[in-house]
Amino acid sequence: MVDLLDKNKALMERMQRVAQAGSRVGPVNEKLLSPTRAMIDGRDTILAGTNNYMGVTFEASCIEAGQRALAEHGTGTTGSRIANGSYAIHEELERELAGFLGMKHCIVFSTGYQANLGMMAGLAGPKDTIFLDADSHSSIYDGCTLSGAQLVRFRHNDAADLDKRLTRMGDTGGGHLVVLEGIYSMLGDRAPLADFVEVKKKHGFQLLVDEAHSFGVLGPNGCGLADEAGLMHEADFVVGTFSKSIGAIGGFGASNHPLFETVRYSSKPYMFTASPSPASVATATAAVKLLAREPERRDRLQANSARLFHGLRGLGLELGCDEVSPVIAVKCADEPSTLVMWNELLAAGVYVNIALPPGTPGKLCLLRCSVSAAHTEAEIDRIIELFATVVAGKQLTAASAAGA
Amino acid sequence: MTDDEQEIFDKLSELLQPFNEKQVELKPQTEIAVDLAIDSVSVMDFVMEVEDHFDMDIPLNVLSDTHTMKDLISVVQARKKT
Repeated sequence: MVDLLDKNKALMERMQRVAQAGSRVGPVNEKLLSPTRAMIDGRDTILAGTNNYMGVTFEASCIEAGQRALAEHGTGTTGSRIANGSYAIHEELERELAGFLGMKHCIVFSTGYQANLGMMAGLAGPKDTIFLDADSHSSIYDGCTLSGAQLVRFRHNDAADLDKRLTRMGDTGGGHLVVLEGIYSMLGDRAPLADFVEVKKKHGFQLLVDEAHSFGVLGPNGCGLADEAGLMHEADFVVGTFSKSIGAIGGFGASNHPLFETVRYSSKPYMFTASPSPASVATATAAVKLLAREPERRDRLQANSARLFHGLRGLGLELGCDEVSPVIAVKCADEPSTLVMWNELLAAGVYVNIALPPGTPGKLCLLRCSVSAAHTEAEIDRIIELFATVVAGKQLTAASAAGA
Repeated sequence: MTDDEQEIFDKLSELLQPFNEKQVELKPQTEIAVDLAIDSVSVMDFVMEVEDHFDMDIPLNVLSDTHTMKDLISVVQARKKT
């Protein structure tokens, strides 16, 4: 009989190559010092790859709300939302989010990944077709697969390509769902929403925008890309996560659709898992209130993002996209050199994400930074300084070596 | 292979070249992902080129049962007719 894990031998070899290059892919935070600093390998390290966009993880109001919920409601709910796991605090969070988004209905899921699984599978079925952007997050792909719908992938951020595919498909007798992301997690680029809305007007599909990296971040009200573009009314469904700007764990789907509440009963990732823990729900509610109360956090994030973006570009580094975004990815030549530079950055005191194929579009090797409103200007400048020493030097050497 | 199959095979081979970094010799029984050692995203990117060339949609669901060049030839043939 074949050993099930035999097929993972190549993966093991890759893990060993990474280890030989000097570190674990997921270094261990020995102690968190603040939203932007941790002790890693005994060193005080700047965190520049945490998606902690709003820097709320150590906010007194959030911690206090979490501690109170832990004391009042216990450590876990031990059940699904459709059984014993619905508490008043879950409904309060859903009302708070719906209010923040200006939408009628909101459903909370236990993780961000499950929010996408649950929304795709709850909305679409085998007779429907989902059109998804080629650079969609893995949770979208997995949710689409779980739904059993026919899946058509269109070229990244290419509304004309979507138009072509919709035209070619014609009427299938089922519903058509188009899935976009507000900010794409790897390169930091936004969906050109107005272009897609034009295609929507022509073909009449239903639109879902995953605002995982843009909720709390973009728009005059912090609701995400649709808010920034002034097109909230065109997003039939919005998905978001609590593990980024909200600083907790969980996710949500929201909509004005009159039948939206039924998704609670058509979505297995909602039904067949325990509801989020009281502490997580309470910290999320406190964070949503905080984001509404302190819109200046978005201004700080924008200023910090611009500082890092222009700083890194000033070093001659090639970045993931041309617009300022809290996700700033530096393109590198190949996997071995990316590993070396990532390790050197970590040893020098900054943690960024290393992103390698197939987790990246176009086989790119990336050193990916995510910016926080909680970063100080000095921290941003230190990140730029370390990229200057560790990365810019290497890239130039590689370029001159290639030219020689 | 019939003439039609040969023609599709030749076109698929051409479209696959940019993804065939190891220059594996392509045959009808070549398993695209396994033999060329290319990842799932590259397979989907390749299929997108095939869709564009033949002006057809090949839904991702179809790919789970499509492994070899011959499988893909059959998919293209079937979807050309519809």
